[in-house]
Amino acid sequence: MSNPLRIFVPVKRVVDYAVKVRVNPAKTDVDRNVKHSMNPFDEIAVEEAVRIKEKSPKTEIVAISVGTTKSQETLRTALAMGADRAVFVEVKDDSTLQPLAVAKLLKAYADKEADKPDLFILGKQAIDDDANQTGQMLAGLLKWPQTTFASKVDITDRILKVVREIDGGLETVSTKLPAIITTDLRLNEPRYASLPNIMKAKKKPLIKLTPEDLGIDISPRIQTLKVEEPAKRVGGRKVASVDELVDKLRNEAKVL
Amino acid sequence: MFRPRFIHTSRTILNRNLTPLTRVKHPEFKRNPSFAQIENKHLEFFKTVLAPNNILHDTNPDDTSSSLIPYNTDWFNLYRGSSSLCLFPTSTDQVSQILKYCNKNKLAVVAQGGRTGVSGGASPVFDEIIVNTSKMNKVRHFDGVSGVAVVDAGVILESLDQYLEPKGYTVPLDLGAKGSCQIGGNVSTNAGGLRLMKFGNLHGNVLGLEVVLPDGTVLENLSTLRKDNTGYDLKQLFIGAEGTLGLITGISLLTPRRPKAVNVAMVALDSFEAVQDAFVMAKEDLSEILSAFEFWDHDSVGVVKREMMQDTSYPIEGKHAFYALLETQGSRLLENGVAMDGVMAQDAKQINAIWSWREKIPESISKSGTAMTYDVAMEVPLLYKLVEDAKDHFGKKGLLGPGNLYSNLLGFGHVGDGNLHIMANLDGFDHDGQEAMDEFVFDWTMRHNGSITAEHGVGVSKVNYMKRAKSDVQLQLMRTLKNAIDPNGIMNPYKVIPDK
Repeated sequence: MSNPLRIFVPVKRVVDYAVKVRVNPAKTDVDRNVKHSMNPFDEIAVEEAVRIKEKSPKTEIVAISVGTTKSQETLRTALAMGADRAVFVEVKDDSTLQPLAVAKLLKAYADKEADKPDLFILGKQAIDDDANQTGQMLAGLLKWPQTTFASKVDITDRILKVVREIDGGLETVSTKLPAIITTDLRLNEPRYASLPNIMKAKKKPLIKLTPEDLGIDISPRIQTLKVEEPAKRVGGRKVASVDELVDKLRNEAKVL
Repeated sequence: MFRPRFIHTSRTILNRNLTPLTRVKHPEFKRNPSFAQIENKHLEFFKTVLAPNNILHDTNPDDTSSSLIPYNTDWFNLYRGSSSLCLFPTSTDQVSQILKYCNKNKLAVVAQGGRTGVSGGASPVFDEIIVNTSKMNKVRHFDGVSGVAVVDAGVILESLDQYLEPKGYTVPLDLGAKGSCQIGGNVSTNAGGLRLMKFGNLHGNVLGLEVVLPDGTVLENLSTLRKDNTGYDLKQLFIGAEGTLGLITGISLLTPRRPKAVNVAMVALDSFEAVQDAFVMAKEDLSEILSAFEFWDHDSVGVVKREMMQDTSYPIEGKHAFYALLETQGSRLLENGVAMDGVMAQDAKQINAIWSWREKIPESISKSGTAMTYDVAMEVPLLYKLVEDAKDHFGKKGLLGPGNLYSNLLGFGHVGDGNLHIMANLDGFDHDGQEAMDEFVFDWTMRHNGSITAEHGVGVSKVNYMKRAKSDVQLQLMRTLKNAIDPNGIMNPYKVIPDK
């Protein structure tokens, strides 16, 4: 019987996946004045951690989020799904927060904890930037093994076995804890937050920190120059003859 | 907040077996001998009004492979007519020319939109010419200050909502069929739906109509004014008239502001009293921000899971007698000591999923066999008693359950509006079985001072019950109006108002 695991689950508050995203008038960003919710891949990460805890009740799940003050709602959702406690790293402006900064913050927090985490489960990517970097960068910083795009997870006696979805099919990898897992879509179906659990979550501990407390410089390394909508599709037209088609291809579309 | 469509818009009929023709199933309907039959000269005329691709003609419409089958048959596969001609006008003027001609030549006409009606009101009974509004689908005008939208009758409800979304407005009604139903049809049937408790019904939200009268005259009443007391409020006649007084071609609709945040919760309750208590508490606690309160019974969950949501887990574990869905616009949490258990959606995906369990009930019933669907109105405490009594009555006769005459019997509906939907599956097209259930449900409803149709309308399905549901005085006044506006009776005959 292995020692109870300590699982850290970073979660990100993003524009809700069902929202129709629009570019803001200044063309610097998308309109953020819309509904937000937990990144869907992070929901899957929380769910996986909760399932592990259901099998081994002594497991501790710590949900962590880096963002503006509203990220606390996202942490409450994680607590309502079954996380035990939450850590909120508050930043003034999250629009320039990038994966490398987040990975450094997560490592700094892990280093700070007296009881070290055995496992980080992260969503494979956030649906706003689609970066797919934080888990891998964190693994690099911690010098831990990484098992990304997990569609099946098994942990027995501190050996982690993960089935990964890759282009060629499914790959099974095995490694020892501590390790990083990033979740893919088919890993599980996240549960609903039940009303009793939402009530219980209000009493679970949530601590607040800042990047300064962790001694990390979160200034961005990349600057967004412009955000634009993709070019609108122009309607097709019918042509009356092959000659007309060739003419249009040569003179209008300029592809001949 | 609007969610993506849940009903697929495939034009195939749900069951493999096509329902028998309405005139065969219901021999009590007799074709009005004063109506003409379609002849070539009529076709030639229509060809001068409409482009050839807007005329669908088949001399053998009863054949199961006829191109007219989808237009002759209703969505629930309960009613099938024998029309050989379906017209798709693209302008109000074309509709005017069509009706003028039909009136002169005594050709009966059926107005048709998205064909999602559940009373057979948009399917021909015999050979009535179908006038389908699908190609009149433009949003004519929208005023961003008042929120008034002026639209063609053929605009699909969901399309209109998607048009309004970036402007910060929403359509005032929401129903499961939104991906296919057209606003003209919604107005003609005074459709209710899931948001009635918040936005009220179409009699209040429609500010004006453009209607083509049976003789082809165009009644232009497309006011965008919120208040206008000049004379009789003519538009109210056509709202809910189910196409029997004229063909609606344009609507001026008041649209409310779109809510910024929507929350949806599902709770489990162990008795219908608990459902009512939850409703009262929700209203107390949430008052103006409560935008929907729906309930359904445990049997409904089973049918939906089996037919449409096999791969999705139900949000609440355990077996409970009833479930309720609460939707609020705003972010207050519901705390309800009356619920046994409950979940709250954390994102749009979960909101959609929770709504699916309610919105897919009618479609699941259709997939599960021949659908029998009723929508009755009565005082809230009695709402579920009808289902209990029906289960008792037919159960005692051994007619309920898989393999029997009625394989499923379930209840769900809009608690706030006092509107119950009771649905069942019938074995095949057993006519006596259909009649027995109709009789039980309608008789029970009338005895308890309810309405035999809260929102679905009379169509053809309940016209035989109108003499019991309405007094002679009421029916006579309806006939007087009908005869005054449609003296030749060509508009959607055999429906809504029974013959003397």
